[in-house]
Amino acid sequence: MSNNPNTSTHYVAPLEETPLVAIDAVNVGERKSNLWIDAWRDMRRRPMFWISAAIILLVLIVAFFPTLFTQVPPNDDCQLSNSNGGPTGEHILGFTKQGCDVFSRLIHGTSTSLSVGLIVTVLTTVLGILFGAFAGFYGGWLDSVLSRAGDIFFSIPYILAAVVIMSVFSAYRNVFVISLAIGIFAWPATARVLRAEILRVKQSDYVMAARALGVSNFKILLRHVLPNSIAPVIVVTTISLGAAIVAEATLSFLGVGLPNSTMSWGNDISAAQIDLRTAPQTLIYPSLALSITVLAFIMMGEVIRDALDPKARAQR
Amino acid sequence: MAGYILRRLLQAVPVLLGTTFLIYFMVFAMPGDPLLALFGDKAPDPALLERLREQYHLDQPFIVQYFLYLGGIFHGDFGTSFSGEPVSAILVRTFPVTIRLAIMALIIEFVGGVLIGLISGLRKGKLFDASALVVSLIFISLPIFVIAFVAQFVFGIQLGWVKTTVSAGAPIQDLILPAFVLASITFAQLIRLTRASVIETEQLDFVRTAYSKGLSRRRIIPVHILRNSLIPVVTYAATDFGVLLVGATVTEGIFNVPGVGRTLYQAIVQGQGPTVVSFVTVMVLIYLVVNLVVDLLYGLLDPRIRYVK
Amino acid sequence: MNKRRYGVGAIALIAASALALAGCASGSSTTTSGDSAAVISVNGSEPQNPLVPTNTNETGGGKILDSLFAGLVYYDATGAVQNDVADSITTDDAQTYTIKIKSGQKFSDGEDLTAKNFVDTWNYGANAANTQLNQSWFNIIEGFDEKNPVESLSGLKVVDDTTFTVTLTEPLSDFPIRLGYSAYYPLPEKAFEDMEAYGQNPIGNGPYKFASDTAWAHNEKLDLVVNDTYDGGRKAQNGGVTYKFYSSEDAAYADLLGGNLDVLDSVPASAYANFQSDLGDRAVNQPAAIFQSFTIPTNLAHFSGDEGKLRRAALSMAINRDEITDVIFEGTRTPASDFTSPVIDGWSDSLEGADVLKYNPDEAKKLWAQADAISPWSGSFQIGYNSDSSHQVWVDAVSNSIKNVLGIDASGAPYPTFAEFRTAVTGKTITTAFRTGWQADYPGLYNFLQPLYQTGASSNDGDYSSADFDAQLQKGATATDTGAANDEFSKAQDILLKDLPAIPLWYSNVTGGYGESVSNVQFGWNSQPLYYEITKS
Repeated sequence: MSNNPNTSTHYVAPLEETPLVAIDAVNVGERKSNLWIDAWRDMRRRPMFWISAAIILLVLIVAFFPTLFTQVPPNDDCQLSNSNGGPTGEHILGFTKQGCDVFSRLIHGTSTSLSVGLIVTVLTTVLGILFGAFAGFYGGWLDSVLSRAGDIFFSIPYILAAVVIMSVFSAYRNVFVISLAIGIFAWPATARVLRAEILRVKQSDYVMAARALGVSNFKILLRHVLPNSIAPVIVVTTISLGAAIVAEATLSFLGVGLPNSTMSWGNDISAAQIDLRTAPQTLIYPSLALSITVLAFIMMGEVIRDALDPKARAQR
Repeated sequence: MAGYILRRLLQAVPVLLGTTFLIYFMVFAMPGDPLLALFGDKAPDPALLERLREQYHLDQPFIVQYFLYLGGIFHGDFGTSFSGEPVSAILVRTFPVTIRLAIMALIIEFVGGVLIGLISGLRKGKLFDASALVVSLIFISLPIFVIAFVAQFVFGIQLGWVKTTVSAGAPIQDLILPAFVLASITFAQLIRLTRASVIETEQLDFVRTAYSKGLSRRRIIPVHILRNSLIPVVTYAATDFGVLLVGATVTEGIFNVPGVGRTLYQAIVQGQGPTVVSFVTVMVLIYLVVNLVVDLLYGLLDPRIRYVK
Repeated sequence: MNKRRYGVGAIALIAASALALAGCASGSSTTTSGDSAAVISVNGSEPQNPLVPTNTNETGGGKILDSLFAGLVYYDATGAVQNDVADSITTDDAQTYTIKIKSGQKFSDGEDLTAKNFVDTWNYGANAANTQLNQSWFNIIEGFDEKNPVESLSGLKVVDDTTFTVTLTEPLSDFPIRLGYSAYYPLPEKAFEDMEAYGQNPIGNGPYKFASDTAWAHNEKLDLVVNDTYDGGRKAQNGGVTYKFYSSEDAAYADLLGGNLDVLDSVPASAYANFQSDLGDRAVNQPAAIFQSFTIPTNLAHFSGDEGKLRRAALSMAINRDEITDVIFEGTRTPASDFTSPVIDGWSDSLEGADVLKYNPDEAKKLWAQADAISPWSGSFQIGYNSDSSHQVWVDAVSNSIKNVLGIDASGAPYPTFAEFRTAVTGKTITTAFRTGWQADYPGLYNFLQPLYQTGASSNDGDYSSADFDAQLQKGATATDTGAANDEFSKAQDILLKDLPAIPLWYSNVTGGYGESVSNVQFGWNSQPLYYEITKS
């Protein structure tokens, strides 16, 4: 807002300067305006989009093809004589406490950490949107049922859930199970945030207008309410991606994480805790990898949020 | 209004039943015999083990155990822990400490998060915004045990500004550092949420109108922009209150806070069914009340949202 | 938390500094002048059971009981047995013991302590109807029945106020050594009226007593003050002891550094590398009676018969104990050279066959290849452990060592909780090797051997069975002379070293430290500081 409201600026132009006919004219030949297409057009013009997309792509390539980046085996040939050692030759980031290669573990751990982050995020977002949208938009008894269901899930301490889930599925301690353990009890936060935003948005004039035009309830929710309420969900979601990867580290710290044979940033962060004072570098590298990944997703979320918001678009 | 509140309170009954059942089931489903753990690496006499099982009703099927527990609650009996202490005494001892800590953490993260988020949103793309992002990223990518450990070492041991751990009775001044550490978990979320919400609200018609009416920024920002941006932030902070109550396991352990998180975690790991369920029951009650208050707050923050129908 | 669950750590270089400082003042004479009214604060953990000696089997409650009560005997700093309440303990055949107690003994509330108190308490602890966790400590006494309630054991007889006799089911030379264990402490008569209430506010006969009826602030702390009616060898040199309860060792260590705690008896793993430099000569790192190993159950494929013996020896020689204790534990563990502990009388580092515990990659490969010739190896070698305590780091290091030497796949198999781990182990459902640890309850070799390796013994989790070993053990148990008994136990260990039912890894040291304002801090054989000796200025 650069306008200075104290000087007298014309906000309503004199009638002779506003050709009403031209404004009210409808160009039938123009391409159909669609929220998602508009958003895409807007996004691809932004450098931030391309930067974050490039980082995410790189992380994905690392996750799928780790051997392109390192030839050093991550878990074999760990010699205690190298414990917490500095960089040498092909071991560019040095060694962990067990004498394994830090860089190689980082590269090979990418797929696990990224999977945990993505699966948890998808799980919480899908469940959160489903529960939040219906509860907020339809209200009444549906709201009560859905919201209270969320309360039940949210009241269960996720550490208890994790201990139980990891124990019951002890034979299958893998990425999916741990993602389930983290995600299944985290979605009510997303749901409640979305519900609150929908409560607000559904009172807007354009929703009233759509209703007056006889648009069906479900269509209003899908076309008008949801896109306009999604901003906080995007914020929560992009950050929860990082939070999920870190939650895996905390679960490892508490002893209910992935087995150590599964490499992950979380496992390495948790293992590094013991040497925080003597060898902080073993903690810093996986944390850095995590930060960069989360940063890319936050930037991407930012771009998408801006692009979805027509008012923010119009400003430029 | 009163009808709405009453209805919401009544809904607590099925929620409580559902939660206690689910929790009891989960504790029951945990593999391993909790009584065996009482004997360390030494195996107990089978006959002794048998009698202990009887004593704690662990020889009964799950559903019987659950109803025995539920029946006890109606008599005000929340069961006993393995140490022979009534669970109700443990509740009374730990909840006040943790609620104090959680409220302090909530205030810190709310005030800090909203303030930084507000400035970030108003100065989108500027240096302050970028710095706030970097700070958020640090908090996101460091697990709580690292933050707690570093904070304790720097402020407690090296600088000596605060006590390293919380002393008996958990006085407020000892809880300040743990509260800051606890607040750091969701600090980043609140900054980003407030920022996004502020950016959105700033473009709304009533804000433009306010500017056009010639109102000063000092009035527009708190009254129009902030107030209308708070709904998602308040909602998130409220869900976070629950996390702060039970999720403080690691922080409470490192700072030795005699609160819920630590006690509950030990009870979970030791398989102490009645203790776990009682704690979660109280948690649910608090959580339901907080959510009700938040729902009522919406009407205050945005008069268009009405509950009373 | 649980007694044998957390090995406290430390090494064989007897922390010369710590001992030099404290050792010159051992016993009850003090050279440092201290404020005799000063209360020292020490770390503890919330007792898991009411404070009743017959019902407490974990360290949190155990170390408080040791301050509150005095048994017939106590263990001094060297682990030697000294009379406390007892005047004499005599026997002719190692089966019937006559115990005389000192006259004029009193509980802290002034009530007289007589021979009857011991007999009543032991009968109570042994009675199946009372479901006491330490019940099995009385199973050596004639008349014991683990299933059916027995009001009074036929082996216990009160002769007069200061004399009683104990008849055992079979000869047991180390019975007098056992008597310092907390299960054998005496209870006052009024305890039996309401044991539950008594456990919250116990009256004892030891060097300390509860500071008030509500001295036990659950989960926070417990305040003890000096008990003036105590007149044994453990007379307190300070005004009292406050046990501050911690749920994590990290928190306790931070308090020690921050000056909020006087004495710490267990340093957290995250401080192993720093605690000696943090604390200087106030750091303690000395051997303790904790033995750590992993057990390979006999029913595991490839690990029985001759093939099994070869593979067990190969695994043992593939583990670089020196490097692991040095790098992973920063010298807070001492590589094992037998199945017991260096602080126990009779320990030896030169047993016949102890070479199998030395790192020897070439020999390990050779033996493994010989075993492969009998039946080729398949699958991977795993070590089970409970991941709610800090075992992962050494299990990974041991696995890597095995992997690097033998070229086989080796890894840890974590169980989320201790309860689940123990259930798998005692239920014999575990299908891998698993970690085993033993903290002795009393300082005797027999306590490290009989419960773990005797056929059918209570903690013989690997189902080891050897007639030769059992016979040798029995010879030691019935010998009336301690030296002779220890010789027999050493011969029994020779058999273990050939069969390797468990692979010995290392002895945990006691790692601790104390603040600048306290002195005369000595750690006993059981890794507990001798609180009564500590002075504070």
